[in-house]
Formats: sequence, C-alpha cells, structure tokens
Amino acid sequence: MGVGFASPDQATYGLIPGWLFFLSIHVLGLTCFAYILTRRLTPLLHAAPDFRFDRPWLRSKKTLQFWFGQWKHPRYPGAGVLHILIFAGFITLAIRAFTVLIFGAGQDFDVSTLGIVRQLYEIITDYAATIVFLCMIVAAVRRIVFKPARYAVPPQYGKGHPADAIFLLGLIALLMVADSLHEASKAANLLQQGVSEFPAVFSLPWFMARALASASYSTLWSLYCGAYLLHQLTFYFLLCYRPFGIQFHVETSLFNVFFAKLDRGTVKPVKWGLSEAQVDQLKSFGVKKFGDFTWKHILDFYSCADCGRCSDNCPANAVGRPLSPRFVTVKAREYCFEHYPVFAPSDGNLPLVGGLYSEDQIWSCTTCGACEEECPLLIEYIDKIVDLRRGLIDDGNVPQTLQKPLKALETRGNPYGKLEKNRAEWTKDKEFRDHCEVKILDGRETADTLYFVDSITSYDDRMQSIGRATARILSRCGHNFGILGTKEKDSGHEVRRFGEETLFRMLRDENADAIDSTGASKIVTADPHAFNALKHDYKNLPTVEHISQVIAHEIKSGRLELKRVETENDVYTYHDPCYLGRHNQVYDNPRDVLDAIPGLKRVEMKRSRDRSFCCGGGGLMLFYEPREEQRMGVLRVRMAEEAGANVIVTACPYCMVNIEDAIKVAGLEGKMRAIDLAELVEKHMKEQGPETRQPDGLVAVAGR
Amino acid sequence: MSRIFAYIPQKSGVPDDAATELVAVAKKIDSRASPTAILIGFGPEIDAACTSLRDSYAEIWRVANESLAYPNAELVRKALVDVLPAGCILLLPHNHFGIDLSPGLSIKMNVTYVSDVVNIEGTDGTFLNLVRQEFGGQISAHVRCDISSGAVLNIRPGAFKPQEIPALNGQVVDKSAAVGALPSKRRFVETIVAEAGDVDISKEPVLVSIGRGIQEKDNVAIAQELADAMGAVVSCSRPVVDAKWLEKCRQVGSSGKTVKPKIYMACGISGSFQHLAGIKGSPFLVAINKNPKAPIFQVADIGIIDDLLEFLPELTNRIRESVSSHR
Amino acid sequence: MEILVCARRVPDTSENEIEVNSAGNDIERDDLVYSVNEADNYAVEEALQIVAKQGGNVTVVTVGNEDDEEILRREMAMGANRAALISDEAFCGSDGKGIATILKAYVEKNHYDLILTGVQAEDGGAQVGGMLAAMLDYPFASLVNSIQVVDSKKLKISREIESGNREVSEIDLPCVLAIQTGINEPRYVGMKGIRQVASIDIPTFGLSELGVDAASVGEAGARVKRTDYFVPAAGKGAEILQGKREEIVDKLIELLRAKGGLK
Repeated sequence: MGVGFASPDQATYGLIPGWLFFLSIHVLGLTCFAYILTRRLTPLLHAAPDFRFDRPWLRSKKTLQFWFGQWKHPRYPGAGVLHILIFAGFITLAIRAFTVLIFGAGQDFDVSTLGIVRQLYEIITDYAATIVFLCMIVAAVRRIVFKPARYAVPPQYGKGHPADAIFLLGLIALLMVADSLHEASKAANLLQQGVSEFPAVFSLPWFMARALASASYSTLWSLYCGAYLLHQLTFYFLLCYRPFGIQFHVETSLFNVFFAKLDRGTVKPVKWGLSEAQVDQLKSFGVKKFGDFTWKHILDFYSCADCGRCSDNCPANAVGRPLSPRFVTVKAREYCFEHYPVFAPSDGNLPLVGGLYSEDQIWSCTTCGACEEECPLLIEYIDKIVDLRRGLIDDGNVPQTLQKPLKALETRGNPYGKLEKNRAEWTKDKEFRDHCEVKILDGRETADTLYFVDSITSYDDRMQSIGRATARILSRCGHNFGILGTKEKDSGHEVRRFGEETLFRMLRDENADAIDSTGASKIVTADPHAFNALKHDYKNLPTVEHISQVIAHEIKSGRLELKRVETENDVYTYHDPCYLGRHNQVYDNPRDVLDAIPGLKRVEMKRSRDRSFCCGGGGLMLFYEPREEQRMGVLRVRMAEEAGANVIVTACPYCMVNIEDAIKVAGLEGKMRAIDLAELVEKHMKEQGPETRQPDGLVAVAGR
Repeated sequence: MSRIFAYIPQKSGVPDDAATELVAVAKKIDSRASPTAILIGFGPEIDAACTSLRDSYAEIWRVANESLAYPNAELVRKALVDVLPAGCILLLPHNHFGIDLSPGLSIKMNVTYVSDVVNIEGTDGTFLNLVRQEFGGQISAHVRCDISSGAVLNIRPGAFKPQEIPALNGQVVDKSAAVGALPSKRRFVETIVAEAGDVDISKEPVLVSIGRGIQEKDNVAIAQELADAMGAVVSCSRPVVDAKWLEKCRQVGSSGKTVKPKIYMACGISGSFQHLAGIKGSPFLVAINKNPKAPIFQVADIGIIDDLLEFLPELTNRIRESVSSHR
Repeated sequence: MEILVCARRVPDTSENEIEVNSAGNDIERDDLVYSVNEADNYAVEEALQIVAKQGGNVTVVTVGNEDDEEILRREMAMGANRAALISDEAFCGSDGKGIATILKAYVEKNHYDLILTGVQAEDGGAQVGGMLAAMLDYPFASLVNSIQVVDSKKLKISREIESGNREVSEIDLPCVLAIQTGINEPRYVGMKGIRQVASIDIPTFGLSELGVDAASVGEAGARVKRTDYFVPAAGKGAEILQGKREEIVDKLIELLRAKGGLK
C-alpha cells in the first residue's frame, strides 16, 4: 500500500511541534468556549424557575421530531430544504469533529487502514462538506441578491446584522474549504502514488484533489498541515464566536427543543413552584425586569436564529401594529448580551417596559399562536407576553379602554357591565322558547351535559343567535343539557392572557363551584376561548368539547342528518379560529360537518388550519384600541375573497364579530357574508324522525 | 321674604344670558320680588354691562375694583360678603364660575346652598321646595331647603325661560366702597385659549354631532360621510374627545364650544345637561339613539330609536340618491 | 407633602341603570354596583403622582359607614398609604355643609398641605370641597385640570372654563382643590392589590373623637334635604318617528329639506 501523510501532529509549525500546537489550540479553544458558556449561563442561573424536566420520554420524542427531524423547516420550502441540508451536513461532520477532539487527529489518516464503515463515513463527510459549502453559497446569494422580505429590519428596530450573517456564512464555507483541502491534499498525495482513487466523486475535495494532481509533495504536505490548522482555528473561532450572535442556536437548539413547552393552550403560572396561596403573597407579579424571565425564556432569546418566520406569520405585524415577535426576542437578546456581557461584569436589572418594549407592543398581541406554530426552534412567545402583561397590570399601567371591562368583569362577571340577572335572557326569546326550552342548572336541576355559554354569546344581540342555534342542535340530538344561567361568570380566558391573574382565579373559582354543583359529566361550548379555558386553565373538570366536535360525532353516528344546502350558488370557506384550530388542533371536525351538507361548495383559503390568520382577537382584545394600519379582519376577508368564497363560516363568536365588522369596513356588504357553524347546521337540520330519542325534560322539537 | 339678588357675570361689557333667566327664578321664589342685579368688575366694561341691565332689573349694584377686573372667585367671594346684606338670597348661574364661587360663599355668608337648581316649586314658610338632578341627569330629586337665614342658589342655565316683563328703568347704584381688603392666596395668572383647530363649529348652521354611541374611532367616518352628504360639519360630545376620537375644537358643551346651528343631529348622544348647555338658539334637533330612555328625547324635536351605526349609512345613501335624482 | 383626598362611594352610573324604587323615596339599590366616585378617583391618582415626585403621604378619607370602607381599601390598593373612615350614627343624613363640618374637624386633628376632592359626586352637589376650604380659611379652586408644584408654599394650577379654555392661577398652600375628571389617566387597580389590602386595619373616627357638635351635622343639622326621587313627566318631548327604517329615513329627509338642512 502507499504511504499516506502522517498526522499533522507530527508536523512542526514554526518552532512548535504539531501535537503541542494543536493541544494548545484545543485547550485554549475549549477553555474559551467553556468560559463563554459559563458567562452565558449566568443570567439563566439567576432567572426565575421553570419546570421543564418532566416527561423526559415525551420530550425526547419531540426532540427527535423537531430537532433531529427538522420538522418545521419545510414550512418555508426554499429556506427549509437549505437548512435541512446544512443541518444534516453539520451533524455528519460533527461526528468527525468529536472524534478528532477526543482521539486527536492522529488516528485515521491512512486510507488503507480504514474499515468499510470508516470509508463510508469518509465518503459521506466529503459530500456533506460539499453540500454545506454549496448551501453557504446559495444562502449568501439569497441574502445578498434576493433579500427575502422577512429578513429585513424595519427602521424602528435599528439596524440588522447583515454583514454578520454573511461573515458567518463565509466562515462556515471556509471551514468546509479547509476541511476539504485537508482531505484533498491527503488524497492527492495518495493519488500521486497511485494508491487509491478518491471515491467521493464530484465532491469538493474531489475537485480540489484533481486541481492538486500535479502539486509537489512538499506543497501537498504544507497544504495538508496548513488546511488542518486553518480548520482547527476556524472551528474554534466559530465555536467561541457563535455564542455572540444568531449562530448560538447551533449549540442551544437541542436544549431549547428538549425543554420546549409540552402543553398547548396553557399559560405558565405566575411563578413555577409556588402554590396559589404562596403566589398571593408575592410582592410583584410578572416580568418587569430582565431577571424576571425564566431561564427557559432566556434560553429562547439565545436560540433565536433571526429567521423572521414568526413575524412573517404574525397578524399583528401584518396590520402594522407595533408588535413583531422576532424583535421581541432579538431585542431581548441584544439587551442580554449588553447587560450580561461575557467580558465585563453584569450591569444590573433594568426595567424592560419603556426601554426595551413599549406598552402598545405588549398589548397588541392577540395570543393567536402563529409565531409559536412557525418557529423551528420552538421558541415560546405567549407566555412571555402574558408575563409582561402581568407586570403592567401589577404596576397599574393599563390602557383606560381596558380598565372599564376589567372592572365590569370584577363587579358583574362580564366585560360589558351588564346585569348578572340578564345572563340567561337569550333563552327567553319568544320564538326560540316555543320550540326549545333550556334548563337552568342552578342547583335545583341537574343535567348530563353543561352548555357553557360564556359572556359574549349570553349578552351580545348578534351572538345570542349562536347560543340559540347551539341549544337547538343539542336538543335535537337528544342531549340532556342545561346552562349555568346567572351563576355563570366569564370564563376568564382573556382575563388571564391579559395578565390579570388574580381576577382570573376569582372567576375560575366561582365557575368551578357552579359547574361542580351541576353534576354534569360533559361540558360543551360554542366559544373556542371558553373551550380552551375550560380545557386548559381550569382543573378537574369533566370532558370539554366544542360544538363542532359534537356535531361531527352526531353526523358520523347518523343521529343528525343534514338537508341539502339552502343556497346552491354560494361558495363557502371555513375560517379556523385560533383557539379551536391552532391551539387545540381541531381542524377536521368543522370541515367534516360542512362537507356533510349535501351540495355545499367549499374552498380552502391559502392560510388555513395551523396557518390560519387571526381575525383580530377575542375577549378583552375587542376593547383595546390598537395602533394599526388596518384591521386583521379586513385582511382575512380579502383572503376569503381571493379564495373565491362569498360565505365565511366560522366557529367562534369573536371571529364572527371581527369578520362581520370587517365585511362592512372592507365595503363588501352584500357581496360577502359570515355565518357561524352552529347557525349553519341549525338551518340545515333535517326534520326529527319518530325514531330519534326524545331528550328528558325538554319540550320536544317536533313537527317543524 | 328675604331680598333677592342676582349675580350677573359679564364678559367684555356684555352680561351673561342668565340675567333674564334669573329674574324668572326670583319671581318663582317670590312673585312680588324685584331682584337686584349685582355686577363685579372694572372699567368701562362693567359700566356697559350695568347699563344694559337697566331694562330687566329695577336696581343694579355696581361693584368696581381694579383687583376684580378678572373674575377670580376667591376675590369675588370676599367682595360679595362685604357688599351683600345679611340674610339675602343670592342667585347665580351654575357654571364654571358659580361652581367655584358659591360653596365657599355660602359658608362665609352663613346661608344655605343648593347647586344646579332646575326648577323651583315654591316656598312653604321658611322652606323652599326645588328640583335638582342626580346621576348624570338620569333621575330628578325634590329638595327642601331652609332659607330662613338666606341662601345661595346656583341655577342651571337654560332651565328657566326668561319671562316677558315690562321694561324697567333700573337704577345703577355704586357699591364699590363697601369692598374691603381682598385676599391674595389665589392669584390669577392668565387665560390659555384652546387651540383654534381647523374647524369652528360655533359658526356652522348644520351639525352632525356624535356621542359615545359611535363606539369606536373607526366609526367616526360614518358621521363624516353623513356630514359630507348634508353639507354639514361633524361635532361631538365630551366622551368622544376624552377618548381622543375627535379634536377638542369639535366638542359641544359647557366645557366645549357653544353652537347656534339651525339643525342639530344628535347621534348616539344621551343628552346630558353639560352637552345640551352648549346648544343655544333652539335648533331643529333630531336625536338618533338606540336607548328609548335617553334624556335627549326629552328635548329633541324628532326622535329616532335605532342604532346609529346602521341608521346613518342608510340616511347618507338616501340623501346621496335623492341629491343625484334631483339633478 | 401631606395630601388628603376626600372620597365618596357612589353607585357606578356607567354600570347601572338608575331607577326610582317602588316607594319613591330612594333609587332602586338592589343589584347596584358601587365604586369610588369617578372624580375622586382622579383626585387620588393626582395625589399619588404628586407624592411620587415630591415625597410625602396620601391619605384617603370618607364619611360613611362600614360599607364605604371598600373604597378606602381600593384607593389603598391603588397606592394611598393611609386611610380613615369617619363614621357615626350622628352623621347620618348630613347635607353638604354637614359633611364639610365633619371633614373640617378631621383635618384640624391632623396636618395636610393639600386637600383634594372630586368636583362633584354622582349624587352630590359639587359643594363639599368649596365649603371645607371656606371653613378652614384655605384658598380654593374648582374644576382643576392641572397641578404643578412650584415649591413647598405654592402650586400653579389651571381650571377648566368655557370653550375649552384654561384659567391659570397660583395658589398658596395649604389649599383645597376640586379635581375635574380627565386631569390624568388613573392607574389600574388590580385584584391582587385589592386582596392584599383586604385585611388592613382602617382607623375609624366618630363624633367624640372629632369633637364635632352634633347639632351641626346629621339629619338634625341639615338645612338641605332631599325628600324623594322621581322621574319627571315626559312632557312633550320628541316626536318619535315610527315605521321601517327606510320609511323613517325618507320622512327625516323630508323634514330636513323643509328646514333647509340639506344642500
């Protein structure tokens, strides 16, 4: 066999023997890295607690899917594929980097001594380096020439770091070049001796080896050793440089995904580890200073790759509100790096609002979850916004328009200030009452199913029709149901998400007591916000379902049959409410229901299912006056128009408010209309046949 | 029955409109009363004001003092205490000045005080029965007060219609000498005039006025469209300005502008006294409000019980159609 | 700076429908939501802002009974560091002057640089502040919509007058000011704060503690008494247009045209 190059350890660099040189580089590099990591870990150690060590098996599965499997990346196909390739390349090459680190470069330089597996590995890594190199070029071209919109930094957020991005791409490319050159020079040497062919054809080292075909031995040796040195230096430079910018996600992503939030639709407690009684004693609620964030939130700041996918999908950002999730994170990271620097002492805990964030920014979020759904690193936003709001509420810093509904919620249990005793008035509508009597579960009556109506459906003239439709459907399908009536208080869903945790708990406790005394074994609601609250914010309740799920079951079981669609020429489209769709992943039931109406023409909007576009928000958001260029609802209505629909079906009363309003504002009155799923189904329910079971205690819905 | 005085504010020599209203009030308290006007000020202005009241008052007391050139309530109060006889009844308009002056005045004069009186039902011995409103005008109350040692009564401007009385030839009596030392613990510095704004609603003949019922800033456009179709101008009540949906220069009311239009469309306005106080001259008042109990329907000429957010656009469309069909 | 704010608990007009009760002697109080009078709340916020800059204490006081304590707690949750309830059977039925007499006695037992009230209570006569000032011989100003502390002896204030204009004056301390709504943006009082002050002890002062002459207060001392509530007979009022919306619109246009309201 031929004579391959010895390990670079054996070379002499200047007057320093290779092995010493590289040992020093390793030691220096790793020490530096360890020091930097320690400094970066410091704010995490002083941060608020966060319980992220539960359910390790589930976490591992998620890590496999989202980190290793790069699950979210293809949502943006171009960048997605690019990143998957880069990631795969990195993982592949990392294995070698580790072995070099542990075993030194000395080991496997002689091709002839390599086993099949190692040979295969070498080939794979050669291609990996090539692919990564090419990806760097494509990425650089994308950034410099095509400039994808979501990378742009709006002027109010200062300057971006485009040069830094290109610099890093260049460094990685350099790393690949150095690695390939090292391989190529080694291979060229062997080739010159006629020893072996370079198997990884058309890979970068392969091209380089061919270019070096007629280089002298000493040139090759120099290149071999030099490239290795360059590789090591670049490697360690990158290792130590990454924690200073967006590339830190290379190290933190694994952890960020492992520790990611597991429970959709929930909101973090005011402080992990405290009982509610202990929380009551806290002097301060929420995030007011940087150190109030939890360690996981700070890790989120570190892990952001500044890709802009979150803001690209944020409806608040799309309508010109002062909120861009990307910059919530990026600015926090900049702040962290500035006030907890690596090479200087930390400079204390300064207030965030007014400096880092503006109040409008914090109140602008509708908690739709589009950002979280999109982020490939599973960075969390809603908990941070809620925590920041908690801080504002704690300091009494609340816009006047929100103070009124909050006060009304406290005194009357609904944000409109309407009398408690009128909460069940909607059931007394004369025409409705003649055909459907709704039980009030006030302690004297009980039922199997509780229909939780919530405030807007109870009090709003328009939305009461959803309540009546829901009641009729439940009645027709034979459910033994009732409502809480005057004992029902607002579910408190938005109260919690607007940061008024104590008021939320008051509402929750009152509702929980009332629900308990009904003896119901199931809860149904037509309000996705109530649905989410009962499911996730309340504890120890019976099963909670949304009316769309109930209807879907009834259709499937044959208990409910639907007539042919009333309006043959209409084109319907379904708008996924955020709290039914994205947060609770109920996408198919409502669609199945629509498809079960014979003759109904349905189209999908471009943004649907987990990419649905928020209508504008519900609950307290209806009272907030945002600064925006246009309404989210108007954008959504235009999307429906674009899809060719003239009827928007939704399954949430807040979506209904926003969309009907938007139809007017967009000037589409008469051309577009909106209808709730329950209302639509109620219109198309077939006559009740004699074989349908009559519900107990209800006036039969017969003969219509 | 005690002697009745009427304090008449004056501006640039012109006495307040309340002057004749207060005569009517005095007559309601005591039909035989001949109230005495009392004016406080300085220079040619006070002389002019006193002279113009000679038709309505038999006796006009003129109190002139350089320190009183600007009506600083603290100083006016002391002057009145010095000048007025014990046990009298003093009437004055309930406005930003009356609110400032009267409570303290009643203490210094040791007399009964009632503010914002909207009706006098009559006397019964040493008691006076009158009517006030509470809860933003939602409800009225009968009030009985003991006026045996005198009273200060602040009268709601516009609540009493001036009576037709034969022109008197009133005497102006100078009482300036009675005024003693004036306090100095509150000193007038200057008046800051509200920014002119781009619109002067006080000159407009037709106003489309919006109140809380407009519900949100974006809906203001609905009113603007109606105003455009009618050739009118948009004005509003205080809550709209407080919410920053319109500029202050468009506010009609006691703390805003006084308007004298021919036609006033009150859309989503409940009709609080403070707002109505800004409307003078009895315009043709159309009220559109979805609350049938809104006080505005008491004073409007035409009432429409409907949601203004639905009604106004339809009205605007019909007006546009009828305009184009008239061409 | 020691600031006293005189507050009152009233039915909240924005959250209630105020109606006369069946006996006609009071408003219907079942189902009413009470809160601190709006203008008084603005006054507390103003006091808190002044003290934040100047240092000092904010005391909130109310004349009432134990039901009225809740507003003191609410204002403490907002940030007032002291509160006092003035309560005695002898005080029931006091008119405005009676309340001012009682408050004067309380003020004289303490020292305050500045006393704030709201301009008017929902069920009040816009009088207590002015009367209190005259009794104490302090200068007074009503409809105050801006306060600037010049130094420990005087303030620069502005008052709301007609047409949106403002009257600027200098006023010596100690003084009494009646605060107009809109002077500031009151901070939100959260449930957490309210819960945390729920068990704080609030001192109560009665007739003997204050040394007030019983004859000058309460029902006995009142010279102004409300005898009943009523809703005035409708009177002519507006002509309500009837019919479908299109018909009403057409009728209205006719009327407007007749009055020269359409160009």
